[in-house]
Amino acid sequence: MSALGRVVRAGVRRRRVQTAVTGLAAMMAVTASVLGGSLLVASNAPFDHAFALQHGAHLAAQFDAARVTAAEVDATSHDAGVTAAAGPFRTVTADPSGGPGLELPPGVAMDPMKLVARSDAGGPVDDVTLSSGHWVSGPGQLVVSADYSGPELGLGQEVDFPSASAGVTALRVVGIARSVSRTADGWVEPSDVSGLAGTKGADAGFQMLYRFASASTTAQLAADRDAIAARTPPGSLSGTRTWLDVKNSSDTSTGLFVPFLTAFGLLGVLMSVLIVGNVVAGAVGSGTRRIGVLKALGFTPAQVVSAYMGQALIPAAVGTVLGALVGHLVAGQVLATTEQVYGTVSLTVAPSVDVAVVGGVLLMVSVTALLTALRAGRLRTVDALAVGRTPKAGRGRRAARLSRALPLPRPVTLGLARPFARPARALAMVTAILFGAAAVTFAFGLGSSLQRIQDAKATTADVTVLTSAPPQSGGPVPPASGVAGASGAAGGATRAPGTVDTAAMTRAIGAQPGTRAWFGTARTQVTAAGTTGSVDVTAFLGDASWAGYRMVSGTWFHRPGEAVAPTPFLTATGTRVGDTVVLTDHGRAIPVRITGEVFVTENQGMDLLTDARTLASAEPNLKAAYFSVALTSGTDRSAYANALNAALRPTGAIAQLGDGGGASQLLIMLDALTGLLTLMLVVVAGLGVLNAVVLDTRERVHDLGVVKALGMTPRQTVSMVLAQVVLIGAVGGALGVPLGVVLQRIVVPAMGHSAGLRLPSVVLDVYQAPALVLLGLGGLVIAVLGATGPAGWAARTRTAVALRTE
Amino acid sequence: MNEPVIELSGVHRRFPEGPAALCDVSMTVGAGEAVAILGPSGSGKSTMLNMIAGLDRPDAGTVTVAGVRVDRLGEAGAARYRREKVGMVFQFFNLLDDLTVLDNVVLPAEMTGVGRGEARSRASGLLETLGIARHARAYPGRLSGGERQRVAVARALMNRPPLLLADEPTGALDSASGEEVRALLRELHADGQTVVVVTHDEGLAASCATRVVRIADGRIASDTRVVNGGSGAPAGVADGSAAVAR
Repeated sequence: MSALGRVVRAGVRRRRVQTAVTGLAAMMAVTASVLGGSLLVASNAPFDHAFALQHGAHLAAQFDAARVTAAEVDATSHDAGVTAAAGPFRTVTADPSGGPGLELPPGVAMDPMKLVARSDAGGPVDDVTLSSGHWVSGPGQLVVSADYSGPELGLGQEVDFPSASAGVTALRVVGIARSVSRTADGWVEPSDVSGLAGTKGADAGFQMLYRFASASTTAQLAADRDAIAARTPPGSLSGTRTWLDVKNSSDTSTGLFVPFLTAFGLLGVLMSVLIVGNVVAGAVGSGTRRIGVLKALGFTPAQVVSAYMGQALIPAAVGTVLGALVGHLVAGQVLATTEQVYGTVSLTVAPSVDVAVVGGVLLMVSVTALLTALRAGRLRTVDALAVGRTPKAGRGRRAARLSRALPLPRPVTLGLARPFARPARALAMVTAILFGAAAVTFAFGLGSSLQRIQDAKATTADVTVLTSAPPQSGGPVPPASGVAGASGAAGGATRAPGTVDTAAMTRAIGAQPGTRAWFGTARTQVTAAGTTGSVDVTAFLGDASWAGYRMVSGTWFHRPGEAVAPTPFLTATGTRVGDTVVLTDHGRAIPVRITGEVFVTENQGMDLLTDARTLASAEPNLKAAYFSVALTSGTDRSAYANALNAALRPTGAIAQLGDGGGASQLLIMLDALTGLLTLMLVVVAGLGVLNAVVLDTRERVHDLGVVKALGMTPRQTVSMVLAQVVLIGAVGGALGVPLGVVLQRIVVPAMGHSAGLRLPSVVLDVYQAPALVLLGLGGLVIAVLGATGPAGWAARTRTAVALRTE
Repeated sequence: MNEPVIELSGVHRRFPEGPAALCDVSMTVGAGEAVAILGPSGSGKSTMLNMIAGLDRPDAGTVTVAGVRVDRLGEAGAARYRREKVGMVFQFFNLLDDLTVLDNVVLPAEMTGVGRGEARSRASGLLETLGIARHARAYPGRLSGGERQRVAVARALMNRPPLLLADEPTGALDSASGEEVRALLRELHADGQTVVVVTHDEGLAASCATRVVRIADGRIASDTRVVNGGSGAPAGVADGSAAVAR
C-alpha cells in the first residue's frame, strides 16, 4: 500500500468518532434528502403524473343497461376522436349493510358502492393500480378502492349486500386499488354484477372509459361527450364524468398539502447540506496539526489534500449508501401516506432524486473537504504544527471574563464561554438548532392549524337528528369529517329530506330533557348573479350561530335576507362582505346581503349559508335534512340519544351522536407524516450539535485533563460540556421559533389559497405564549441531547489519558 | 520520620501490551519531606506519580495519601481527593490559555466551592509570594516559561494541599527559569510543604530533595537520604546503605 493509502486508512481507523460522525451525518443527510426530494417531486402536479401513469380516462361514461346494449356501447370506442377506450364494463351501484367486524354506530349505514365488473386491472384506459392484495380472480371477491368514502375495508373483510328478496350477498375484500380517474368504489367479477343487481336499491348499467385526441378543455370534452351520446340510443347515456372534474376536485384537495410537503422537503434538503458541510469542514479542519506533521514528513500539498479528501469521502460514501437504503425504506412509508393524501398512485423515489442526492452529497463532501484541506494545506508547515489544534489565541477571552462574573458554578461559566472561542463552529451549531427548532415550531403550528381546520369543518352539535334515511354520499350530510373531502365515485342518489313529520320531531327534541338548543339544516340550490351553474344554499331553521362555523371576516347573519359565504363564493361572484348578491330560486329573485366570510370547504366553497326564511318566498316548504342539537352541561350524550330515539320512533327520525371530533384518517396520516419529518429534522440538528461538540471536546481533551487533574468531578465535567451548548441552544431556539412561526404563517395560508380559501384567524393564531416558550426551549433540548454523548465521554475519559493527549 | 503522608504498599501496574510499569513497589513519604523520584524514560516514575495523584489505579497493592485510600476512589472521589489533598505541577505547565493568570490560579478553589472573594484573596497572596502578582491579569501565553511554572505552582497550592506533586517541573525551562523553579521548590519545602518531584534532572534532585528514590524497570532501585538536601547547598549522600529494592 502506498504511503498515501496508509495515511488515509490510518486516519479513517484512528479517528473513529470523526469517521462515525461523518458517515452518520452523510447517512442522515441522504435519508432526509431522499425523503425531502421525493416529497418535492411527488408534490409537483401529483394528479397529472398519476393520470399519465394510469392512462386515465378523459371521460367516464355511464350507460343505462335498460336502454342500450353492450355492443352498442362498445361501438362508441371507434368514434372519431377516440384514441383509446376501455369497456364496456357491467356496473352496479349497491348498498352495503356492513359485515363481520364492521361496527357501525346505530343509525349509520355504509355509503353505497359503485361496483364495476373488471376481470383485469390493466388496460389501455384507467390502468388501475393495485396497492395491496390481488385482483379479483373469481366470484365473491371484491377489490375496494382506496378512495371509497365509507369505512376502511381491509383485506379479508367481508361486506354484506342485503338482497331485495331474501338472503345476503357477501363479497370478500381481496385487494385494495386506486383509480386516479375515480371510476369505481370497487371492482368485482362480471358474474357478481348480476347477483348484486338483485340486491336492495341496486342500479345496474355499463361503464365506458375513453381517451380523446382533444380533451384539454371543457368545451372539447363536451363535444366528445355529445358525439358519444349521438351514437347511442337517446337517454341511454345516464351520466358522465370528465377528467377535468376529477382533476379539479383532486387539485383542490391536494393543493392544501403541496406547500406543506414542499416546506418540509426544502427544510430537509437545506439542513442536510448544512450538516454535511459542517461535519466535513470540522473533521478536516481539526486535522490541521496532522496535516502539518504530514507536510513535515515530505507530503506534498496535493498529497495532503488527497489524503484528507479520502478520509472524508470513505465514511461519507458508506454513509451515503446506507442513507440511500434507509431513505428508500422511510420514503416508501412516507410516499404511501403521500399517495393517500394526494390520491395518486405508485409514488416511488424517482431515480433523478437518487442521482441528485447521492451525487450531490458526495460532491458536497468532496468540495468541502477540498476547500478545507486546501486551506490547511496552504498553511506553512511550522504554523500547522504550532496552531493546529487550538483556537486562535485571544478568541473568547472577553466572553470568558464576562461569564466568570456570573453567579454560577465555575464549570458552568467555563462552558458558557466556550462557544466564543470557536465562533464559526458555534454559528454552525446555532444554525442547525435554528432549523431544528423551526421545524418543531412549524410542525406544531401546522398540526394545530390542521386540527383547527378539522374542528372548523365539524359542527359542535352533541346530537344530530336525521329526518330521513341516513345520509348518503352526495346527499345532504352534516358537515363531514375529513380534511381533503375526497369524494367517492358512487355519487349515490340524494334521498328526499324531511320525509318525517318535522313538527312532531321538533316538539320531541324541544321536550327532551337535556336539550339546550337546536336548529335544522336544509339544503337547496339556487343561481347567483355573476356565476354560472348552481350554488348550494345551506338554510338554517332556528338559531345556528352556535354551530361552530368559523368566520374569516364580518359577522354571522342575524336576520332573514342576510347570509354568510365562503371565500370561493365571494371570489366567483366578485362580491365582498357588506355587498348584496341576488339569488334566483325557483324563478324568484332574492337579494341577500353578505354579512360575513365564513370558512366552509364543502362543495369547494360554492355555498351560501342563510336563514331558511330568506328563501321562504321561493321555497315556503323547505324542510330540514337534519337537526343539530346542543345539550345542557352534564347531559350524557349516549343516554340522551337513546332517549330521544325512543321519543322519535313514531316520527321515523333517527338521533345519533354528533360529530364527536374523532380525528379523520387523513389528519392522522398528516400528523404521522409531520411527526416523522420533524423527528428526522430534529435528529439531523442534534447530529450537527453532536459533531461540533465531539470536535470541540476532542480538541480540548488536554485542557479537560488539566481541569480534571485539578479536581473537576465527572458531574462537573458533564455540566461544563453541556453548558457549552446552553447558550447556543437558547439562541438557536429563540431564532428558530420565529422562523417556524413565519413558515407556518406562509405555508398554512398558502395551503388555504391553493384550495381557494381564506383561513379564519383562529386557524392561523395557534401559538400561545406558553407554547412559544416551550418551543423555544426545544432548541435547548436539541442542543443538550446532541451534547450529552460527548459530555459523557468527557466525564469518562481518564485524566491521565487526557493529560497525555497532545 | 514524621507522620506518613504517602504510603505505597505492594503496588503493581501493568499496561496492555507492555511490561509491568510498576512491580511490587512499596514506599513511605513523611510529612515535610522533599522526595525526588529519578529514573530513565519508561522506568515507571510517572506511573508512580499518577498513582499518588489518583490519576491511575494499581492492579494490585494499596496507595494511601493523607489517610485516604486513593486506590479505592472512583472518578468523583478521586477528583475531590485531588482538590483537597494534592497540588500538581506539570512539565508543560498545563495552564488554560483562555483564562488569565489569576483565573487559572483560583480555578481549583472555585471548583471546591470556596467563595469568590476568599479565592481571589488567597490567589493574590500566592501570586505576591511567588513574585508574579504583576501578571495577574495577563494571559499565560505572554509569560516566560519560568513565570508560567510559578503560576502553575501557585495554582497547585491554591487549596493548601498537604502534598505537592511535580512532574518534570524544570523539563521545559531554560536554565535560568529552571533555577527559579528550583529555588521556589526549596522555599516551599523550607516552609514545611511535602513535595514529591519526578525528574530526570539530577541537579534538581540534588538541590531540592531531602531524599532521592531511583526507579528502574518499575522497581525502586535505591532510596537515599541526602545531606543538606533541600537547602540548595552541595548535597551528599547521608545514608548510602538505604538503598531499598523490595
